[in-house]
Formats: sequence, C-alpha cells, structure tokens
Amino acid sequence: MAAAYELCCRECGKRYESAPLSICDECFSPLEVVVDLDQARRTLTRASIAAGPSSMWRYQALLPVPDDYVPTTPAGWTPLVRAPRLAERIGATNLWIKNDAVCMPTLSFKDRVVAVALANAKTFGFDTVGCSSTGNLANAVAAQAARLGLKTYILVPSDLEAAKILNTQVYGATLVRIDGNYDHVNRLCSQIADRYNWGFVNVNLRPYYAEGSKTVGFEIAEQLGWRLPDNVVVPMAGGSLITKIRKAFKELVALGLVEDKPVRFFGAQATGCSPISTAVKTGADHIEPQKPATIARSLAIGNPADGVYAARAIRDSGGWAEDVSDVEIVSAIQELAETEGIFTETAGGVTTAVTARLYAHGRIHPDELTVTCITGNGLKTTDVLDGAYEQHAAIRARLGDFENYVAERKEENELELGGAYVG
Amino acid sequence: MSVRVLLPGAFQKHTNGAREIQSSAGNLPALITEIETTFPALKTHLRDESGQVRKFINFYVNEEDIRFLGNEKYAFQDGDEVLVIPSIAGGSSADGDTAFGQRQQQDRGVCCCCSYCGREECCCGD
Repeated sequence: MAAAYELCCRECGKRYESAPLSICDECFSPLEVVVDLDQARRTLTRASIAAGPSSMWRYQALLPVPDDYVPTTPAGWTPLVRAPRLAERIGATNLWIKNDAVCMPTLSFKDRVVAVALANAKTFGFDTVGCSSTGNLANAVAAQAARLGLKTYILVPSDLEAAKILNTQVYGATLVRIDGNYDHVNRLCSQIADRYNWGFVNVNLRPYYAEGSKTVGFEIAEQLGWRLPDNVVVPMAGGSLITKIRKAFKELVALGLVEDKPVRFFGAQATGCSPISTAVKTGADHIEPQKPATIARSLAIGNPADGVYAARAIRDSGGWAEDVSDVEIVSAIQELAETEGIFTETAGGVTTAVTARLYAHGRIHPDELTVTCITGNGLKTTDVLDGAYEQHAAIRARLGDFENYVAERKEENELELGGAYVG
Repeated sequence: MSVRVLLPGAFQKHTNGAREIQSSAGNLPALITEIETTFPALKTHLRDESGQVRKFINFYVNEEDIRFLGNEKYAFQDGDEVLVIPSIAGGSSADGDTAFGQRQQQDRGVCCCCSYCGREECCCGD
C-alpha cells in the first residue's frame, strides 16, 4: 500500500493536496512532495521491499502514487557494480558504479522520474503529456507515454544529438525542435503549461517527477547490503538528482532501514556549463546563470532550477563539486568503457572524469566506499567519438592474412597475441 | 515607450485574473514597482520578509534572461516583451542559508516538515 503524500512549499511551508502544481501561489516558490513516513513505517521492512518487484517499484510505498496504482513500466533496479579496474587506474580501492546506462526502457535514469510523473498524469486525467528536455527525458517520456496511450509534445534544443531525436520520434511522439538552448526551451514550456491543460513532467508534474530520483538512492543503499556509502559522485544538470539521492538516504535512516552515517555528496559538471560547481567552489549562495557550451548536452542547463539546493546539499555534507573539459569527458568515456565495460554518454564521461579528479586532488580517500552514478548510455552520444578510432582496411578471409594483420598491429601498437586470447 | 509584460499563471490569484499589462517602466526596478502599484495584493507575495524581490522569480526580455542583459541596468526598449516566470523547481531560499528550509518554517509556525526527508522533526541540517 502506498503511503499518504501531499505537496509542501519548500520555502513558506504551505501545504497542498496532491495536484498538478509546482509553484506555491503564496510565495511563488517550488513545491515538493512530502511522503508520510510514519504511515510507511508501519508496513515497510527490508524483507517487504526485497519481496517486491525487481524494479524501482519495490519502493512504491515511498513514492507519490495512489494506493492502487499498478506500474506498467519496470524501470530502475539497475546494477551496482564494483569498479576495480577503473579504481586502480585512478587511485581508488573501493569504487562502485551505479549503472543507469542500462535503466529500462530507454537507457537513462530519466526512466525513473518519468515513471512517477506519468503515473500521476494518468491520475490527474491528462490525455497529453510533454516535457522540455536535453534528450534523455525526451526518450523516456516518449516511450512510457506510448505504453500508457498518452499523446506527447516534447520540446528540445535544436542542436540535440541525432540519436536522441530518433529515440524520441520512434515512439510516435510529437517532437518540437526549438531554436535555442535548454533554458529557452524550459521557459517556453513554462508558458505552454500555463496555457494548455497538459501534464508537463518537468513543469506542473515536477514535484512528482523529482521524487522518482529517490529510487537511485534507495537502490544504492539496498544493493550495498542496507548501508550507506561514504561518498556519492553525481552529475548535475538541473541539480535535482543529487538532492533526491540525499533525501532518499535520509528517508531510509528515518525509517530505520539503514544506520545513519555521514555521506558526502560530490557534484559533477562540464566546465562549459558549470553554474553549480562554480557556486560550490566560490561559496556563493546563489547561482549565476551561464550560456552552455559543452558536448555534454544532457547536462547543459545554464540556469539550473535546483542549483541552489544542490550546492547547499553538497556543502552541508562536506562534499565538493568539480567540472571538466570536453576533452576530459571524451577520454573518460573511453576509460570507463576500457576498464569496466560500461559505455556511457557524455554525462557519464563528466562524472567519471570528475571522480578521477576528486581522488587525484585528495578530496576522496582511496579506501572510502564511493559510488559514482552513471546516468545514461553511450549509444546515445556516439557523435563525440567520431574519428576516435582508426578503421583499418578489410582483410581477406584467410588465416595468413589475419596473421599478417596481427603482426602489423603488434608492430604498430605493441599488441600482444597470447594463445587464443588477445589481451 | 511601452513594453508588454506577461505574468505567470501563479500570479493570477493576486491579479484578479490579469495575465498581461502594458508598462512604461524604463527598467526592471521601475517595472516591479509598477506591477505592485497595479496589483497591490501581489506585493506581499512578490517580496520576501526583507523587502527583496524573491530570487526565484525570473525576468526575461524578448526570450533572454534579463541577467544576461545587465539585469537592473538594462533599459527597456519600446516594444520589448517581458516575461515573468517563477523557477519551476527551485531557486534561492528567501531567508538565506537555512539548511533545509525547516527551521524557518517552524519559526513561522506554518509547516515544520523537512523539505528533504519530509519528517516533521528531523535534524537534517545538523
């Protein structure tokens, strides 16, 4: 059974019954879902969660959906894997990866937030849903709306990666390309949501949408054997995810499902769009908007809505934020793939490169249990690897040709042939 | 000199449903004053306890964030279209750095739920 929930203004505290609202009508501040943990505590145990589905819906009691909601999309419950080879490369000894590059159904963590948002879209009776997106959200909304039979309007910056556009249109979504960056798109969506009676997942459904991110934190704790890590490294676009992972840990502590302990939160951005990491580094209590200029388009939000909250969560936890160049992002994509067999998109390159830097600068101790959050799949941003790998001429299907090929490669690249295994 | 000002739906409760005004204000501070004069009921909601315009209310001029145009120094041009849009998900706390917004809520006697853990009496900020 789902717990009771309602909306609460993050600033003035005014409460609202569950409704498609994201802004307080008294102080124009953002609204947030508050789940009744006392009610959840009565039924929720480690065992009851473990007996639930192998998806994010095992935590349904902690998500804002109606009691009788029957999930249609098994998003989440992605692997948490040790990363010993990457760890060795960057000077760590206890590094883990939360791999949402394989989150279903559209290969990014956005599947989690959309699952919760669209559950509420159905509850509120919307027949049309939409979003502003840097790509991954567009994919997730398009796929899950198709499954629920909802019409979709999805607005994206016009320079979005081709794969992310295709992976939206294939589901039959109406994709509107906007001549501008994400911040322009987002502003337009705010106006549209004011005008049309549609469910915009990251506008009027945003409080519900954002709660879906908590499941990343729930899963990390459960997969670590119901304990919290020492550090979490999280990519930041709008800044919501890092605050929601923290909220998830706090809820688990409040419910007695994990022991309380200090967890430090580290934020990762691309230097070409780093308003939150800049605020953390300078100690600013506000976010200076930036004009994004980075290949990490899924993180290219120059005016992050949750930026202040993210910066505050990082500072309060004793963590830090870093940003890395586009060159470092591409190198990190390759490094993660080569060491751990995980192919991530540019945002994951940002997170991996920042993780390496945090160890290099001594901000994370090698022995501390550290989880790096990989949030999207590399197949969506293959354009950044164009030209990265030399394509040799094809050889004839003859063993002699192959042996010549290997000898040439060995000479050129010090490639070693050992029995049947090429290592 | 006249600029068209589009107000967000969230303001309507305090503007008798008005969504748009024409203004002759020369810059942002003058425009805000004019909005408050036109809609007195809006004034106490538009500003925080210290009298500052709430930081999570954004102003755009012809699709551009006014902060990229010089903010308060920007001189409106005849025919400018000004959009007023609250941040959808966040923004600065009106009262500065209260770790989770909880204590200020308790002080005001409105709501004491923690905006992060949702508990009534949490210690997230400690």
